[in-house]
Amino acid sequence: MFNEILTIWSDQPGISPAIWLALLVFAAYLARNPAHALIRSSGRAVYVACRLFAASLRNLESALQRRNKDVVLSLGQGACERAIEREFHRVNAVVTRDLGAYPALHRQISDTIDRIEEDYQAATDAPPLPPAWLQAVDAIASIPRSGDATVCTILDNIGKTLEGAHRETQKAYRKSTLGRHKLLGAMQPQWRKLGHSLTRVKETIDGLDQRSVEIDQQMKSYEAIRNGEDTITRTLSSSSLTQFFISSLVLVIAIFGGLINFQLIAMPMSEMVGGTSYIGPMRTSDIAALVIIMVEIAMGLFLMESLRITHLFPVIGSMDDDMRKRMLVITFSILAILATVEASLAYMRDLLALDREALTQSLSGSGVIAEAEFRWIPSLGQMIMGFILPFALAFVAIPLESFIHSMRTVLGMIALALIHALALAARMLGGSARQLSNILISLYDLLIMLPLGIERLVASSIGRKRNKQSGDETEQLYIEEQS
Amino acid sequence: MKKIILTTLLALGLSACNEPESRARAVYLLLDTSGTYTAEMDKAQKIINYLLATLDSGDSIAIARIDSGSFSEKDIIARVTFDDRPSTANQQKRSFKTKIDEFIVHTKKGSRHTDITGGMLQASEYLEETGAGEKYVLIFSDLEEDLQRGHIRDFPISLPDIHVVALNVTKLRSDNIDPRDYMKRLDLWESRVYQAGGTWGVINDLEHMDRLIAQR
Repeated sequence: MFNEILTIWSDQPGISPAIWLALLVFAAYLARNPAHALIRSSGRAVYVACRLFAASLRNLESALQRRNKDVVLSLGQGACERAIEREFHRVNAVVTRDLGAYPALHRQISDTIDRIEEDYQAATDAPPLPPAWLQAVDAIASIPRSGDATVCTILDNIGKTLEGAHRETQKAYRKSTLGRHKLLGAMQPQWRKLGHSLTRVKETIDGLDQRSVEIDQQMKSYEAIRNGEDTITRTLSSSSLTQFFISSLVLVIAIFGGLINFQLIAMPMSEMVGGTSYIGPMRTSDIAALVIIMVEIAMGLFLMESLRITHLFPVIGSMDDDMRKRMLVITFSILAILATVEASLAYMRDLLALDREALTQSLSGSGVIAEAEFRWIPSLGQMIMGFILPFALAFVAIPLESFIHSMRTVLGMIALALIHALALAARMLGGSARQLSNILISLYDLLIMLPLGIERLVASSIGRKRNKQSGDETEQLYIEEQS
Repeated sequence: MKKIILTTLLALGLSACNEPESRARAVYLLLDTSGTYTAEMDKAQKIINYLLATLDSGDSIAIARIDSGSFSEKDIIARVTFDDRPSTANQQKRSFKTKIDEFIVHTKKGSRHTDITGGMLQASEYLEETGAGEKYVLIFSDLEEDLQRGHIRDFPISLPDIHVVALNVTKLRSDNIDPRDYMKRLDLWESRVYQAGGTWGVINDLEHMDRLIAQR
């Protein structure tokens, strides 16, 4: 059909296509202006549509950016509030524990100081004065002896009395000095006690100082969050990303733990629920094992929530303390029961494996089954794993909370990047469409270059003729004017 | 949106109402006890042990002999459907093995004729009754049918969705003279099985028993 149309003008292979080409070029030449307009307007339409699309994406991007900032700041604010609250709790604990007994301590210190002062006063060194008559006696005793025996005796007696009085005074002084030394010796523990008490006070005050520095830092961050500063937004976003990766890693580890747990209990579950029934493509026993693991994780979530470690369920968090404690006991009990069930299932798995192994050996005809000596070790290991893994899985709640919170930020960032890339692509597409329309116009002109060249030649010859005519007319007018 | 959710729920509900497709397997092993095949019983025992080790809870197995008139329940040596609980299934496997061991010990004299078609009809009947999702007829024979006078077996049989596998098809003395007889015999059974709606396979090397039935 196509060949027939192609050779409609002539049977010779070269002529007919050439005629078609000439006709086509001529038709294109005739339709040049509308074709140019069509290509240009099409390119323009795509360009405008793309620019509009990019502009709307930019608007969306800014809205998403605001939303991301709000989310990050809200998360940061919550974390900051919790940190400040925790610091205040610690300060309260310090004040209650250490400074609560401060009045008693103060009284103790005052009493100690009073006692020390009294002892100090009592230990003042006051040398005993010799009796008032001693000077008169001394003067008499120093009178020169004139050889009178009576006078000599009197004077000797006076001298003896004087020496006796000195000895008495010295003895009294020594006694009082000994008493003072005893008092000073008794002061030593009082000083030590005072020193310890003051050290305790110093430690408490230092601890409070440290807390107050930390509270100041947290308050600065809080203020920055409240003011919506860009620096803190960037810091919080970066922190969210870190949290996201860390929690993802821990969740992956938890998933592996869950898989091991599943392997432990899936086979013995078929003893309980049968191994032949299916729900969809999965065995009922496998689903039952999965359900047990899921229930354990759910109980772990509730346990962590009741302990106020995580804050995924506001209902549990807002419960009064009695109810929360009851919930704690219930969830822990369920978890312990499930752990016991798992331990027994793990033991049953071991028994089943042993039975299957024995059967396989008897079917393969390999003779008597050897009784392994340390067969109890893997059995015990499986039981312990079955008991421990549910409790380990309970802690999944902590990384899960981190993952969920950080995921909001990360998803926002991903969406932002996608929208940004899409806007860029739309702008590029619009620009390319406009450039393409220009290229197509040039190509169109290239296709009809022959008639265009003829047109240009004709136009130039007409122009020359006109110029010549106008030149002749001007020359004639000039001649006329000259004449 | 609501309509989509309702339609999805309805479709799920309807699909749940359908009877679920059985995933159980059922195997019917026909043992040729005619002539020299009684000497091949140790191989048959290996196959049965392999089947017992492979089949699981919910699966069924029956072992029947091929004799002069095999279309009879009397020819079924042992049959069992394994319990849902693996421990009970293991016990069943042990007692099944004991029965088979006893049969093999006491099988000394072969039957005079070989009614393979009758055995296959009996197998088809048994497999249909199990309601299993995968059905297998395993024929441990040289596939040389030798009917008793008066027995009619030259009619189309029905083996819908049954995988028929011929095991240890030994070559007869005449096959060595003209191997085309052996080929013809195999082709004849293959065409009969395909016409009956089943599939056909041959395993002569018992080292490749893992191809026998689908593993799980």
